[in-house]
Amino acid sequence: MDILILLVPVSLGLGLLGLGAFIWTLRSRQYEDPKGDAARILSDRWDDRPAPVEDRAPRQRRPDAAGPQGGERG
Amino acid sequence: MSVTEAPGGIGCIGCLTAPMAQGKGEAAAVDEIVLAVPGADCAACIPALEEGLASFPGVRDVRVNLSLRRLRVRHDGSLAPEDLIPEVARLGYEALPLDLVALSGTENDRVGRDLLMRLGVAFFAMMNVMLLSVAVWSGATDATRDIFHLLSGAIALPTVLFSGQPFFRSAWAGVKRGRLGMDFPISLALVLASSISVYESFHGGDHAYFDAAVMLTFFLLGGRYLDHRTRAAARSAAQELAALEVPRAIRLTGEGQETVAVADLLVGDLISVRPGARVPADGVVTAGESEIDRSLLTGESLPARAAPGGTVSAGEVNLTGPLTVRVTAAGRDSSLSRIAALVAVAEEARSRYTSLADRAARAYSPLVHTLSFSAFAFWMWKTGGDLRFAVNISAATLIITCPCALGLAVPAVVTAASGKLFRKGLLIKSGTALERLAQVDTVVFDKTGTLTLGAPEPLDLVAHDADDLRVALALAQGSSHPLAQALAQGSLGLGVRPAHVTDVREVPGHGIEGVWQDQRVRLGRADWVGAKAGDVTATTLRIGGAEPVTFAFADALRPGAEGLVTALAAQGMELHLVSGDVAGAVEGLAQRLGIPAWTAGARPEEKAAYVRALASQGRRVLMVGDGLNDTAALAEALVSVSPASALDAARAASDIVLLGRDLAPVEDALRIARQAVRRMRENFALSAAYNVVSVPVALMGFATPLLAALAMSLSSVTVTLNALRLK
Repeated sequence: MDILILLVPVSLGLGLLGLGAFIWTLRSRQYEDPKGDAARILSDRWDDRPAPVEDRAPRQRRPDAAGPQGGERG
Repeated sequence: MSVTEAPGGIGCIGCLTAPMAQGKGEAAAVDEIVLAVPGADCAACIPALEEGLASFPGVRDVRVNLSLRRLRVRHDGSLAPEDLIPEVARLGYEALPLDLVALSGTENDRVGRDLLMRLGVAFFAMMNVMLLSVAVWSGATDATRDIFHLLSGAIALPTVLFSGQPFFRSAWAGVKRGRLGMDFPISLALVLASSISVYESFHGGDHAYFDAAVMLTFFLLGGRYLDHRTRAAARSAAQELAALEVPRAIRLTGEGQETVAVADLLVGDLISVRPGARVPADGVVTAGESEIDRSLLTGESLPARAAPGGTVSAGEVNLTGPLTVRVTAAGRDSSLSRIAALVAVAEEARSRYTSLADRAARAYSPLVHTLSFSAFAFWMWKTGGDLRFAVNISAATLIITCPCALGLAVPAVVTAASGKLFRKGLLIKSGTALERLAQVDTVVFDKTGTLTLGAPEPLDLVAHDADDLRVALALAQGSSHPLAQALAQGSLGLGVRPAHVTDVREVPGHGIEGVWQDQRVRLGRADWVGAKAGDVTATTLRIGGAEPVTFAFADALRPGAEGLVTALAAQGMELHLVSGDVAGAVEGLAQRLGIPAWTAGARPEEKAAYVRALASQGRRVLMVGDGLNDTAALAEALVSVSPASALDAARAASDIVLLGRDLAPVEDALRIARQAVRRMRENFALSAAYNVVSVPVALMGFATPLLAALAMSLSSVTVTLNALRLK
């Protein structure tokens, strides 16, 4: 049963990794337009080159308006 | 109206934004425009709109939000929504400007993200604790079991403390007010499960309920989050609609004019009302002549004449000429506010409606507390005072009866149903609207703007003389009056070419005149051209000294109205038509659609009284209306629907807003609502069934954490799946 000393922390660590990833997606507002993102991934608009930098809206933390999430566009 | 006139606009949608950018919108974003695009609902809309607008001068970045059906345009500061709307229309989409300030609340849905964060943490904890628990259930003993229990506790306790906060807070608030809601037994179960599990783990006990505690938290938070989503969607719908209208007025001062908020108007102020704008306050006309559209206020389809000395009321639309109005009643005293007061009274009556979930919770809490306490008392007596055993049993009872499925039963169905209806073009503003809609057996319709589009349509154009039509068309093209525009469009549709009429000029409040083949020609009000006025909506043409020709109009039916009325009648619904319009117009429409009961000339109070009278006869009334005069009746009815074109007061008073022009989705709403309520009842029955099986087991002391976990997850998953069965 000594293997448990290794396995339990590993499984917890993986779980925490997942939790961290979830918190990151939540913080970076990736749940604002699930329907649009589902459609965008199939678009071939930026297949040849990445979206220009200006086109990717900066991730502003403005209290009044959530900036569009340009990072998902690529 | 042209863009340069825009800052003065008050009511009309096209002129909202200039005052918005100057006033409270300034702080939000001068370089950002948000448009509602109700038609954007497919993947192809994204490139169509984004690439179509990207090349528009001044546009920096365009982003479509398909979930909210919004378009966000960042620009270099030179654009106004009215520049973009025609461009979006050219791409084939209808667009409406939104007020960024009014929207800010929903864009930053802090509560929703907070709940989601707690949900994520609970999910992580549930999975890991479950992993450890499965090891225990499958036979880990002694030291291994105790270590696993302690590890589970180390994960579960912080999780319950963090993720369970929404329940603890609301339970505590309930206790302070002396009422025990559903959250009290939930919190009790969480606290009891965690504390006995800690005790058991340290004393080498067999059972620890850490997995049950986090699972409870997870499933209940899931229900809470769905519930919040529905409410947030309702709130954002309301805000979005409110954002469509920015109430502003132009006040004339000694030196010139200033734009002020309607709330700041005082009695005695002189205000200017431009053509196309909405009258912001009640008043007396002191200068100018025009015609005003009272349809939203009274339901009259015929424009009324406005001249010095005449009175105008807030909410009416000025049609042809600029008016100067002396305010006689503002704010509290205006006719608008009187209607608002009627609405407030009626809404209070409605808020007494008890939802299915509330009724279930009311029955649930006392039952669970009694059960758990009797189990405790019984086992104390039976075992001769074994406190540890008795507390274990009563905690197991609390955990097993805990309303995982109950907390999900209604939110899951409401979420599924609102999603379905949103795709059909209906916004559900109230959480209990579906339940109320399912009970409807009587439908009361308003006429102007609801069953009809509120836009006139010329009748029998082909019957007219070709020359008359050509002259009328030439004159009609010179005016923005709705009758003239309808006449022009109708004639152009028939392939009529305008006659060569010179010196065309509009006489505000009367009509248009010009010269054709050296004769004076006039198109306008009957008394002005020298004819006798009839009681139908009409405009009269007179060429020189010839006999006047009358063009009659009827209000165009809203698409889907006929189908809806037929379908509702087929379902055995009692149909009523209540309008503020003249008897002739109302009777004609009632006969055309086959609505047996109709009332004409009804004032706002009478409409509300009509609905109240039906309700007192035990009828469950659905009111469909759009005007200010319907507002009180909308609030009075059990449930109400208004089209998106309705005045904001009417939309605010109704439970459901129709986004498109078509009335047909109302029938879908009724069908889906009935289905949704059936699913809710099934869900309650399902969760009760699980309890009927598991509670006796718990009371007898045979409950294990495995059984609790099974009952909880199975019942939660079944009710969710059942909700998704909605078609």
